[in-house]
Amino acid sequence: MITTQQLTKKYGSQMVLNIGHLEIPKGQSFGLVGNNGAGKTTYFSLLLDLIQPTTGQIINNDVQVNTSEDWKPFTSSFIDESFLIGYLTPEEYFYFIGELRGQNKADVDALLANFEDFFHGEILGQRKYLRDLSKGNQKKAGIVASFIGNPQVIILDEPFANLDPTTQIRLKAIIKDLSAKKEITVLVSSHDLMHVTEVCERIVVLNKGVVVRDIETSAETLRELESFFAGSQVSEEEE
Amino acid sequence: MFKHFVSLQWKSFFRSSNFGKSLALKLLMGFLGVYMMVTFAGLGVGLFFILKKTFPDSDPMLIVSGYLLYWVLIELFFRYFMQKLPVMDIKPLLLYPIKKSKIAHYILVKSGLSGYNFLSLFIAVPFSIVLITQGYPVSNVLGWLVAIVCIVLTINYTNFIINKSDKVLLFLGVLILALYSLEYFSVFPVKEHAGQLFYSLYQNPILALLPFVLAIGTYYVNYNFLRKKLYLDASLKKKAIKVETSDLTWTKRFGGIAPFLQLDLKLIWRNKRTKMQVFISLAMILYGLFFYSMDTYGDTSTIYLFVGIFMTGIFLSNFGQFIPAWDSEYYGMMMSQNIPLRKYLESKAGLISVSIVVMFLLSIPYVYFGWKALAINFACALYNLGVNVPVILFFGSFNKKRIDLTKSAVGNMQGTSATQFLVLLPLMVVPSVLYFVLKTFVSFEVALITLSVMGIVGFVFRKTLLDKVTEAYRKRKYTMLAGFKEQNN
Repeated sequence: MITTQQLTKKYGSQMVLNIGHLEIPKGQSFGLVGNNGAGKTTYFSLLLDLIQPTTGQIINNDVQVNTSEDWKPFTSSFIDESFLIGYLTPEEYFYFIGELRGQNKADVDALLANFEDFFHGEILGQRKYLRDLSKGNQKKAGIVASFIGNPQVIILDEPFANLDPTTQIRLKAIIKDLSAKKEITVLVSSHDLMHVTEVCERIVVLNKGVVVRDIETSAETLRELESFFAGSQVSEEEE
Repeated sequence: MFKHFVSLQWKSFFRSSNFGKSLALKLLMGFLGVYMMVTFAGLGVGLFFILKKTFPDSDPMLIVSGYLLYWVLIELFFRYFMQKLPVMDIKPLLLYPIKKSKIAHYILVKSGLSGYNFLSLFIAVPFSIVLITQGYPVSNVLGWLVAIVCIVLTINYTNFIINKSDKVLLFLGVLILALYSLEYFSVFPVKEHAGQLFYSLYQNPILALLPFVLAIGTYYVNYNFLRKKLYLDASLKKKAIKVETSDLTWTKRFGGIAPFLQLDLKLIWRNKRTKMQVFISLAMILYGLFFYSMDTYGDTSTIYLFVGIFMTGIFLSNFGQFIPAWDSEYYGMMMSQNIPLRKYLESKAGLISVSIVVMFLLSIPYVYFGWKALAINFACALYNLGVNVPVILFFGSFNKKRIDLTKSAVGNMQGTSATQFLVLLPLMVVPSVLYFVLKTFVSFEVALITLSVMGIVGFVFRKTLLDKVTEAYRKRKYTMLAGFKEQNN
């Protein structure tokens, strides 16, 4: 589904991302972990053509993302709050996204109905603009908006951060559910090793822009990751 | 303690991101500031003589007094938009061992020194000095000046009380209009009666105590209110504006651009700065009166063409120059969503075109000054529609400065860069020069027809032009994205 080839991103002389080859098959739930500055968000931004690669390319379902825009109809994402439109209510935002993705109000409403639990009564019908919602609630709205319009690729950057425990558990269930159908490729990045090992079939560890581990998730994975970050990385931990 | 507060204030001023603006912008703003001050002071000095000359039979002081009531009301009205109590600044102070009463005094005193208060004084002080030199009794004039200062402070503190309610604003607006119409239709001579009241402040300097008490009173009302509400969930909380939803389904008939049109309308209506632009634009229709009411120009002067371009294109330049920076907060989303850039731009072009038509319709009454005024405005509207719309959109592709929509509307230069000044050249200067040359060497009619035809040609080829503009946006996408991400520019 998503093929990354000889991809590098340099700022000045500093190499922030360097991925020789990375293949993400269709329907995989893919986890990206790494410390701050490891290149996770850079990779996602390249995937969404928000920044230009220095060399190489990403091919999303036969479309090279930095030359054609045809990947947009089947790819959706939530990177951060800057993906929300502050002066809209959550409902208006969902309908707007729906319209961009060829869904009418009824379609969007039907989809939203599945997320009532997830919203926990704090998103819909609040008569508040998105900019006035709490960080956590903004995140919830943004994540659900990325499910609108039957995307085949969903990209979520740090979806678990800022969420309360109940919502984290619900989000994990949602992601597992999505990937269980083997139709949708889900890409998730996180600082939280436990969450990613729980929801992802495959985990890639980035360190200073380079892939250092590529693991099929198993019972051992969490321990392996923990020892990796505790050992070699300890000096570089920033948080 | 106050010393610390003052040093805090000092630092917040000199270290603010505004201060780090580019040199050109600083110079321009400084220039504007000086210009304002000089104009006001000049008005203050000249006021006495102008009034003396125009109304030789009455005391200038009495005439000035007549307008003071309107001044108070109008200033209150405008301050509602411009001035808010800067309560958010004190949030960090709450955690330190500083008495709350001190914090409350601090922001109130600070607001008393705000620039808005000095604005009227720039007129009042020179005016008083002239009065004294003209032989008015010093004690009376000084008493009057003190009264004015106290009234300004009363306005200042009353504004913060008013600020809590839109209804008072509406009431103020209605009151101003009502008083003015009473006056205008000679039902009740408001100016005369109010004038007497304010004039007695001059006749009887001891009465200056009254505004003084008012100022102290409003200060304490604010103080009491603030002192009790210095909690994060009370006055320090950013006000969450209540949602006003409106049915915009009518936009559907515009087809593919409908979702963007809806978004743009909400953008304009729900954010202070954009909303302000609309009001300013509507008010600017009066701009032409300055020039048309003077006979010095002759009826085909180039100045009228400039005025026409300006009036029918005011929204075009005010709103258009910051496209797409208005959407900078979520530009990343826009670029990764399934959005045809073309539709996005078409929507903006449509919106601006509507504004041009509306402004032209509003300008029709200028026909009072002769059919030539109407013809000029019509040609200008056509030129704006066909030529200036693509031009401003094209220049928009050079925008890369972020605009924070939540920031206040007044004096907000966010998003301003050299582009904003450069764009004025093709927008206003080119048609003016063209008109001037053609009018001088050929004829007035030919000049207008040329501009109109240029407009029509641009309009006919707008699809092609918009394609070119879209291409420019596509090319600059990454630069824009990177620029819009930078806060505090």
